[in-house]
Amino acid sequence: MRLVTAVIKPFRLQEVQEALRAVGVVGMTVSEVHGYGRQHGHTEVYRGAEYRVDFVPKARVEVVCEDEEAERVVEAIESAAKTGKIGDGKIWVVPVLDLVRVRTGERGPAAL
Amino acid sequence: MLHYNSGDTAWVLASAALVLFMTPGLAIFYGGMVRRKNVLAMLMQNFATMAVVGLAWAWFSYSLAFGPDWGGLGLLGDFHFVALSGTSGAIPGMAHQTIPQLAFVAFQMMFAVITAALLTGSSADRLSFGAFCIFVLVWSVVVYDPIAHWVFSPEGWLAKRGTEDFAGGTVVEVTSGVSGAALALVVGPRRGWPRELMRPHNVPLSVLGAGILWFGWFGFNAGSALSAGRAVEAFVNTNTATAAALLAWLAVEKLRDGRPTTLGAASGAVAGAVGITPACGYVNTVGATVIGLAAGAACALAVSLKFKLGVDDSLDVLAVHGVGGFVGMLMVGFFGASAVGGANGLFYGGGAGLLGRQALAVAVTAGWAFCGTAAVAWVVHRLVGMRVGPEEELAGLDVSLHEESAYDFEALGSSRLWPSAPQPTRRRLEKD
Repeated sequence: MRLVTAVIKPFRLQEVQEALRAVGVVGMTVSEVHGYGRQHGHTEVYRGAEYRVDFVPKARVEVVCEDEEAERVVEAIESAAKTGKIGDGKIWVVPVLDLVRVRTGERGPAAL
Repeated sequence: MLHYNSGDTAWVLASAALVLFMTPGLAIFYGGMVRRKNVLAMLMQNFATMAVVGLAWAWFSYSLAFGPDWGGLGLLGDFHFVALSGTSGAIPGMAHQTIPQLAFVAFQMMFAVITAALLTGSSADRLSFGAFCIFVLVWSVVVYDPIAHWVFSPEGWLAKRGTEDFAGGTVVEVTSGVSGAALALVVGPRRGWPRELMRPHNVPLSVLGAGILWFGWFGFNAGSALSAGRAVEAFVNTNTATAAALLAWLAVEKLRDGRPTTLGAASGAVAGAVGITPACGYVNTVGATVIGLAAGAACALAVSLKFKLGVDDSLDVLAVHGVGGFVGMLMVGFFGASAVGGANGLFYGGGAGLLGRQALAVAVTAGWAFCGTAAVAWVVHRLVGMRVGPEEELAGLDVSLHEESAYDFEALGSSRLWPSAPQPTRRRLEKD
């Protein structure tokens, strides 16, 4: 199994959710996070004083899937999250050692 | 011998309530501009000012400001009206007024409260609560009461020289602006200023606060006529100047920063109301519009001064109230029109005399406010320490001074998730 994590622009979240549903993903975890990459934040002006806001709001999407599904999941997120402008985010994939469905105690891919 | 008019009395009492409401309005105007960890402390200081200064006013401050003049020097009232005793007669120097003296006491009480409350803006996020309460009480007696006597009491020396200050351009605005700067200078900047990000945490609160101030200012300015019949010019001028200043502030932002901002609109409205405060009963629509435009633009430009001066006047009390009051006071010298009230200014054939009297009043007020505030703040700072410690300032005043937090938006921070956790009783806190 693999864990696919994506940090994306918050306003692309709905498109990403729909794209994942279209490739058969049945569950995900979403969190509001803050950070920056190469775009390095933005500026805001209050009463003429410019403030650099380093940590910009992002959405983090986490999906656990079978090994062979990971590539399709990544592609779905990539195409749905892409605007072509700086700050579109990152996607990374890591192996998952085990998985437990808390309600039933099922283990491994059966718990997906 | 005294002829009260019920319409006048009703208007002044209603105005007193309107002006009282300005202080909570100011509290959330400022509360929105501070960081999330300090918003309750800001509200608390303002609310406490309503109590401390309000009580002092009834017991002795009214007497010092408006009591019979001490020795005929025009500097301070005597103790004739301590605890408001003997206030059934006419207001000293105002035998012609048609309202009971207690209505005037109530109305002027709210002015004393909000002027002191304005100081919370320049010293935001760093004062210990107890020291602030002591400071604001002493400041009110040493700085506010004398200036109110000089200008607002007909027996005051500046009033006798023909100063025209309809609703407090000197007494409230220049006094609070200059005092705010002096206080910020004595207590020093917020830790991390100006390097750290200290952006407003809730701009909608500030906009609502500015709206409440605008609303309350009708009582502040038009109530100062002390008569329902003579209140209308001041009422309309207040709105005209506030509107003009809002647009002027936005124009400055558009030209300087590229975008008009919401906080700029709120600030511009306040700057305009400040500017028209001394002038509202003395100018016509042309004067009110020009005063609004000038105050809005001047204050918008003045907000960057604190960075050049290195004084952390955190929420720009000097730039908005000091500069706005200065502009309004001097503009009366140009636009004063006897057809509306008072003397003619330079543009209406009155010569430069009025302008000179206005400049004198501003200079004297600013001088007393700066020296008096610096002295009071320095003494209180030496005796009890005005500032919280570095850890408390870093953690935020809400938690470190009041053991509260303003917002519970995060489920993980909620106590409901931990039903077995011990309840924070007083005993447990003491053990910590």
